[in-house]
Amino acid sequence: MTNTKILSTLEKILPTVQLPGRYTGGEFNQVTKSWESVDIHLALIFPEIYDLGMSNLGLMILYDLINQQPEYSAERAFLPWTDMEDAMRKESLPLYSLETKHPLSSFDILAFSLPYESLYTNLLNSLDLAGLPIYSSERTNDHPLVIAGGHAVFNPEPVSPFIDAFVIGEGEEVIIEILDTYQSSQDQDHSRQQLLENLSQVEGVYIPSFYQPHYQADGIFSHLEKLNQKAPDTIRKRIVGTLPPPPTKLIVPYIDTVHNRAPLEIMRGCTRGCRFCHAGIVTRPVRERSQEDILKAMEVLIPDTGYSEIGLLSLSSSDYTGIVELIQAINDKFLDQNIAISLPSLRIDSVSVDLMDALAGKRRGGFTLAPEAASERLRRIINKPISDQQLLDTAREIYQRGWHTIKLYFMIGHPSETMEDVQAIADLSRKVLSEGKNIIGNRAQVHISLGTFVPKPQTPFQWVGASSPVEIKEKLDLLQKEIRGRGLKLNWNDPEETQFEAWLSRGDRRMADVIYRAWKMGAKFDAWNEHFNYQRWLDAFSQAGIEPDFYTTRERGIDEAFPWDHIQSGVKKSVLLQDYKWSKEEKIRPDCRGDCYACGILPTYNDLRHQNPGPLWLCPEVIR
Amino acid sequence: MKKQRFRIYFSKTEQMRFTSHLDLVLTWERTFRRAGLPLSYSEGFSPRPVMNMAAPLPLGFTSTGEIGDFWLSDVLSLSEFHPDLKKSLPPGLLIQETEEIEDIFGPKLPTLVTAASYLIILDAKPPDLPEKIENLLNSASVIRDRKGKTYDLRPLIQELNCDISSPSKLQMTLSALPGATGRPDEILAALELPATGTNICRTEIVLDTNGE
Repeated sequence: MTNTKILSTLEKILPTVQLPGRYTGGEFNQVTKSWESVDIHLALIFPEIYDLGMSNLGLMILYDLINQQPEYSAERAFLPWTDMEDAMRKESLPLYSLETKHPLSSFDILAFSLPYESLYTNLLNSLDLAGLPIYSSERTNDHPLVIAGGHAVFNPEPVSPFIDAFVIGEGEEVIIEILDTYQSSQDQDHSRQQLLENLSQVEGVYIPSFYQPHYQADGIFSHLEKLNQKAPDTIRKRIVGTLPPPPTKLIVPYIDTVHNRAPLEIMRGCTRGCRFCHAGIVTRPVRERSQEDILKAMEVLIPDTGYSEIGLLSLSSSDYTGIVELIQAINDKFLDQNIAISLPSLRIDSVSVDLMDALAGKRRGGFTLAPEAASERLRRIINKPISDQQLLDTAREIYQRGWHTIKLYFMIGHPSETMEDVQAIADLSRKVLSEGKNIIGNRAQVHISLGTFVPKPQTPFQWVGASSPVEIKEKLDLLQKEIRGRGLKLNWNDPEETQFEAWLSRGDRRMADVIYRAWKMGAKFDAWNEHFNYQRWLDAFSQAGIEPDFYTTRERGIDEAFPWDHIQSGVKKSVLLQDYKWSKEEKIRPDCRGDCYACGILPTYNDLRHQNPGPLWLCPEVIR
Repeated sequence: MKKQRFRIYFSKTEQMRFTSHLDLVLTWERTFRRAGLPLSYSEGFSPRPVMNMAAPLPLGFTSTGEIGDFWLSDVLSLSEFHPDLKKSLPPGLLIQETEEIEDIFGPKLPTLVTAASYLIILDAKPPDLPEKIENLLNSASVIRDRKGKTYDLRPLIQELNCDISSPSKLQMTLSALPGATGRPDEILAALELPATGTNICRTEIVLDTNGE
């Protein structure tokens, strides 16, 4: 289908669907290059609806960088909601790019962002809506090259039969190298096979078809056999030495989106070492953006976008060096402009309360604290050592400063968790509430959000057996009974949806068959409650002849090889294992910004650290 | 603090056809912020910019006749105001004219609206359209059912005519008073014309500015 035909078909179907503004593009700051003027066309795809996808900062960073290159262009595509999908399928309208309305099949490269696992069926659906074969092995040089990156691909195996090349780690530099390699391969008329071989030489690129996994008789992964001798044995994640200037000419949606604000990344990585945290490991080392660069970016962001809210993004805002001074400087500069600043992930201490106090103005919504576990014992196990007293002192401070609602975030299903630990969630929440009642009486509120722990690959808990839905259900029942009454509110996740996330996150290549079968049976938008169907996934497992519990509740042996061992985050497996053992002894691993414990990042990125000396890296200096 | 009031006559074109009324207001707020022009904000816990659209435009319609009032917290000359704003507009908004309204606290725009004109480009080419229009206009009343309520469409029609060259066009002016607002899609239905594939453009909002 040509882009003119796509436009005329859209004209017909858009008035018939919900929120047609999702499908039109043409927003302020959109970059549209004429199709003929560029050599390589790349489509950045977030396989979810526009409303969510437009909040994906990674996509915006790459969009900005690629479009700065005159010979390359990046356009966007998102997945249509089901009503639009039905209309598109009825009219044989393929998935198209928002900028020039070209069908995705006419692009050179399709680049998928996969930050989390529940997007996998959407990935398949996107390929299908684009009119492409789902399996990489069935695609040829006549099809676009399909690549994928994002946090989820630190275990790429469950989706590896569908993807031609994975990009491990930060995309800023490697995406341009991939485009250059693609172009030179094309100039030399290389075959698809040859192109993949060329790409395998780019650091951080993983070509799954060059490797064959093998399994033991008991079904446990044994090793990866290399089918192409030029391919590397292990794939080391890419990182940038210094955070490049943040994009400021952000596309401003015409319609309301999930985070309708300007994101500004202030720091990448985290030194805390919470043992359940995937992002904390895979985004190391910590690199900060200087206060000067942040202020400079903010001054441009406002006239460039017109946003009234700026989100200062990092994994742990309180840990940004000089956060108090930064917020002070921001307030001095922008307080009068009706600009709101949001600061996620604050530590449980009085400094955080001061920070929020400075930012909140007159509007005091909920103040979020994430103790993650309610007993001090469990918090030592997960390496988030906060005392109950510290939490209660902080809560008191929050109520005193004018907030009425504290949101507490806990997880259930932590390793070694007992019913007493679960009961402690209710007890601690009530103690927080009574702090509030002492100060503001019955206006005090505590909202408790319960997540369920999912063991993630590349973390100290990658060996842990996950709780079964039955166990989780029992814990939920207890809390639903215990957390009641005036001032208390409880939110929780469906245990079956958590189980689904657990299957996929530590899956191996055999899981691809399950994903394919589930999608064939209609699975899509699995992150949406109304679309998720647990039984369908169980059916897909049984059709594929795979035991679901094998991937979740089974505790993995400490000498077990993992299907993702060849993907290297820079943190050594031996360090993760030591941390796992320490967790069993309730031994704390202190924040590494004080003392380096040699996690592996520095030897891995020694050169990069050497080229980027100074305080913006939180790792020690390399002396040579 | 409201220190100055500007009235902007603008178009909402193809690119913003599917932007809702609320999101249009947000788009204007962002346009002003990009331009560095100081919109006046309301007091209270959630300060909102002070602006006023004459009449919300239904989703999917384009318009060459929108009107909005905007209050500033500072006093600017029209020659400073207009060019800065123009270069900060997103694709989909075009400013035709800007004027200063002397009476800052005078009647609000929606209260001044009396009628609106629409131009509809028809997908189909119905041969008997002129007769159908004549019949409609000659009827004493045209009772229609909308959302379970019956009402008379006829008195809401101030003007209705067509041009059956290719493509066929329908032009109309409909009353737009509280409780008596004509909808162009209702005219289409009354003329037994399909609503799909048609392009409806609001060409004018008629204001009664005698009171101003």
